[in-house]
Amino acid sequence: MSENLFGQHISKQFNAELEDIRNRVLTMGGLVEQQVLDAVKALAEGDLLLAEKVIERDHEVNAMEVAIDEECTQVLARRQPAASDLRLVVAVIKTITDLERIGDQAEKVARMGAHLTKIPRPENQYIEIQHLGELVHRILHNALDVFARMESQAALEVTQEDARIDREYEATMRQLVTFMMEDPRTIKRSLDIMWAARALERIGDHAKNICEYVIYFVEGKDVRHTELVTRRD
Amino acid sequence: MNANPTHSISMEALGKNAPTDTAAAPQTCLEVRNLNLYYGETHALHDIQLAIPRRQVTAFIGPSGCGKSTLLRCFNRMNDLVDGVRMDGQILLDGEDIYHPDVNVVDLRRRVGMVFQKPNPFPKTIYENVAYGLRLQGIKKRHILDETVEKALRRAALWDEVKDRLHENALGMSGGQQQRLVIARAIAVEPEVLLLDEPASALDPISTLKIEELIFELKERYTIIIVTHNMQQAARVSDYTAFLFMGRLIEYDKTNTIFTNPAQKQTEDYITGRYG
Repeated sequence: MSENLFGQHISKQFNAELEDIRNRVLTMGGLVEQQVLDAVKALAEGDLLLAEKVIERDHEVNAMEVAIDEECTQVLARRQPAASDLRLVVAVIKTITDLERIGDQAEKVARMGAHLTKIPRPENQYIEIQHLGELVHRILHNALDVFARMESQAALEVTQEDARIDREYEATMRQLVTFMMEDPRTIKRSLDIMWAARALERIGDHAKNICEYVIYFVEGKDVRHTELVTRRD
Repeated sequence: MNANPTHSISMEALGKNAPTDTAAAPQTCLEVRNLNLYYGETHALHDIQLAIPRRQVTAFIGPSGCGKSTLLRCFNRMNDLVDGVRMDGQILLDGEDIYHPDVNVVDLRRRVGMVFQKPNPFPKTIYENVAYGLRLQGIKKRHILDETVEKALRRAALWDEVKDRLHENALGMSGGQQQRLVIARAIAVEPEVLLLDEPASALDPISTLKIEELIFELKERYTIIIVTHNMQQAARVSDYTAFLFMGRLIEYDKTNTIFTNPAQKQTEDYITGRYG
């Protein structure tokens, strides 16, 4: 599908520029997805080295955002894209902002993970957050997949996954509050896990935003803040 | 992007052929009904139907030979002057058929003024160029001519540049000034409609922007139709855009829609520079 969407311009150079932008977004998405996976793993398994690696790599994500942003600005200035080309560039500019923020949230999870390696680790307190992490990884993976394929119906379906993440987040919160009430010595640890859970929940929101940009690109309609994507079943 | 927070939509309503918002549609000035036009054996315009809104700017875009200039010239019957042209269908100006036998073509061309690609001032003074149409109407009183010339030059955003040399030859002006002078000449006779055929294609970018700025100001008073090859120009100046291809009207919609989310693939391919 992508060939038809970005190719076929009379200017082959323009085809190449749009294809390059798209490929770089996918590369950035791949890196961000790995960051999220590693951050959750570091947190759940108490892996300090992995956590430090995630923190270290965040600057790569930031640099990619700046580079793609620059490339989009060049295309806007030199090509004055219209219609689907314009929507693609707009969708990309928004998508990379959300990807960069996902990177920041992954870094935050990794920092909490690193912090938590310094205090005792009762294993049963990490099961919920690990589960939340898996759901968040899945929605991000799916969001990047629909971005790669530019399919609006699939994007709409992925947005619905966010509701499940919100429910899971609430459940994690309730459980952590229970731990804290039962044993005030767990408060410090539980607060760190709460921060990480909050960061994961935000990643779900950003992944949903990316799906909305895909719908905007394909359909030319802005579905943000409509019932279409805010519906909770 | 125009999200409406309370607006609920289904995936189907997102379909590309969903009807566009027609609320508060402006009043129609010119209406084309089932227009077909032939140059001899060549069928140049096929069954054109469209309504041009009053006091708005409508742009006609399309590749060379698509019929956009031909269509434009129908609105003041300039095609009457071309040998071998035959047409059927109707064009209504304020509800009246401009091709009715009783129509006075000279009067029609006063109501529907036209500006061409190449500035064509008469080899006369700046003043006499603008006063030309008024003199044709038999206006002789000096103070009326003076007032009208000044008003037209002001509306054409030219007064400050030429007020001290009104009696110099117009051919000594720059191309951009000449084009604005021609627009002043057209609006001096108080037309309802202004037809602009590639009005800025022979001008440098600054003069082009001045013409575009002028178009924006003129639409307060006049209905404007502009033919342009420059799509960015159509996007900048017009409220509505019609895309023509091989003598057919492919798509006609608000300019915002045409340039962000056109309904037809042919339109999309043309404005994004893809193979048709």
